[in-house]
Amino acid sequence: MDHSNTLYAVEADHLVKAFGKERAVDGISLKVPKGIVYGFLGPNGAGKTTMIRMLATLLKPTEGQAKVMGYDLAKEADEVRQSISLTGQFASVDEEISGRENLIFIGRLVGFSRKEAKQRADELLAAFNLQDAAKRQVKKYSGGMRRRIDIAASIITSPELLFLDEPTTGLDPRSRNEVWTVIRALVKNGTTVFLTTQYLEEADQLADLIGVIDRGVLIAEGTSAELKSSIGVRSLIIEFEDERDLNKAESIFEGMFTQTPEVDRGRLSISVTMKDQSKAAKAIGELANHQIAVKDFSMQQPSLDDVFLTITGKPAKEKGGESNGE
Amino acid sequence: MENNSLEKSIKLQKRPPKASPMSAALTFAWRALLRIRYVPEQLFDVTVFPIIFLLMFTYLFGGAISGSTGEYLDFVLPGILVMTVAMITMYTGLDLNKDIEKGVFDRFRSLPIWQPAVLVGALLVDVVRYSLAATIMITLGYILGFRAEAGFSGIVLAVLVILFFSFSLSWIWTMLGIIVRSEKALMAISMMLLFPLTFLSSVFVDPSTMPNWLQHFVDINPITFVVDASRGLIHGYDVTSELLIITYISVGLIAVFGTLTMYFFRNKN
Repeated sequence: MDHSNTLYAVEADHLVKAFGKERAVDGISLKVPKGIVYGFLGPNGAGKTTMIRMLATLLKPTEGQAKVMGYDLAKEADEVRQSISLTGQFASVDEEISGRENLIFIGRLVGFSRKEAKQRADELLAAFNLQDAAKRQVKKYSGGMRRRIDIAASIITSPELLFLDEPTTGLDPRSRNEVWTVIRALVKNGTTVFLTTQYLEEADQLADLIGVIDRGVLIAEGTSAELKSSIGVRSLIIEFEDERDLNKAESIFEGMFTQTPEVDRGRLSISVTMKDQSKAAKAIGELANHQIAVKDFSMQQPSLDDVFLTITGKPAKEKGGESNGE
Repeated sequence: MENNSLEKSIKLQKRPPKASPMSAALTFAWRALLRIRYVPEQLFDVTVFPIIFLLMFTYLFGGAISGSTGEYLDFVLPGILVMTVAMITMYTGLDLNKDIEKGVFDRFRSLPIWQPAVLVGALLVDVVRYSLAATIMITLGYILGFRAEAGFSGIVLAVLVILFFSFSLSWIWTMLGIIVRSEKALMAISMMLLFPLTFLSSVFVDPSTMPNWLQHFVDINPITFVVDASRGLIHGYDVTSELLIITYISVGLIAVFGTLTMYFFRNKN
């Protein structure tokens, strides 16, 4: 069976997962080309985890079908498992035993001999900078180390498709960057990565293609640039020394932008939303021409809320808080 | 993070051949043993539990039931052995339940392995734990004056029968461990089943001293058969018919609850 000729790592056709009356995933169709990072973006409870669990053969879809690496999810689950790896949102290694033992354990399960499994474990520990913690119980690891050992366990036999469920949620920026480095290296080596995230910035940084999910439905899909241009909300915020400057700026900006600038008299600031970033420089330049002193200015990234606000017309709503029952 | 070694480690090597069911199960057993090494207190249930049970029941009931603790010990030890091992089978379900909650189960279930290995491996280690409990109990029994009329071989045979039955019984708890959502509820259900099963049997007293209606229950209680068979094997009388019935019951338990366990394991939400 040669499935290498399929173009897509994932082809989902109207997947539905219902838990009782609630439809956690409500008819999602998508195609993930091989060799890319697909970012599945949405708030808590949107159905991201449910979708990943279906694609990783852990949940049977209520309706619809899907092919993963060319194999039918329902009929060829074992072949699917041969080609994928899953790093869940929570402990996806055994916390009670050491990091090295975890890697040897998974290595043995995927078919390595004892010697090969040990070799592979040491190789990965070195690569992920975990040698010093190799013999420590995983429950004593920091958040960043945890994620690294989770991912290391997922690539013992480099999978063709790696599912990462919120790989950086709760990590500090440095650990997050380390995880990103790993993901980029994986993709460079031909692995397709399907990751879920709540952070637009993460999808922006990593994903070649982004799917936005809300209440079980795929509400937008495209490259980061495409989505951003459709969202069009980058805000330029300018603070002034006094109200006179603020008033002058307000009159200068009038008519300059499609949207009316918002003025905050308490903070002596103006906020302008714009699609085209180059307009920001123009706005600042215009102030300089009129000799208006700017105390401070900043560009604000569109947040996930902005995305949802723009696409759905209402803010992202969390269902059931931080529960894992997506 | 060193990028060179990272990239090198990521390079896809050839995938090893799929692990055999046996090697997968043994790998899971190895993991369970590792866990015991880190938290030896896990062995309390198979070490302290049997000692307390044996001392407690022998000295509590001995005088009243048999006139002397010595005579009662010969009668009750095979029974308490069955009871203790049957009771600790429930920890199998509790451990599984905790494992599932943690999420590492998702990884196991997404691996290309013989799926029952996850459970079989755990049960293999449990059989080792049960043997430990049996050994401790019999050793203590000997110190207290217990003597097996059929000698050492009788004891070994009895223990083998108990282990086989307990292994079969464990599948009830693995099934419950998968479908019951909280550890507390699981504990309550297990106790609710195990207490009547172990006490309303021939473990402590001769069933002929019980009221008629109770005798009917005791006579069909699987634990009674296992206790009677162990007693027979240890003290040297014929228990062929009991052994036959135990075989039926055990095979039936594995067939029904093993199948159900695997069904729920595969279809777990």
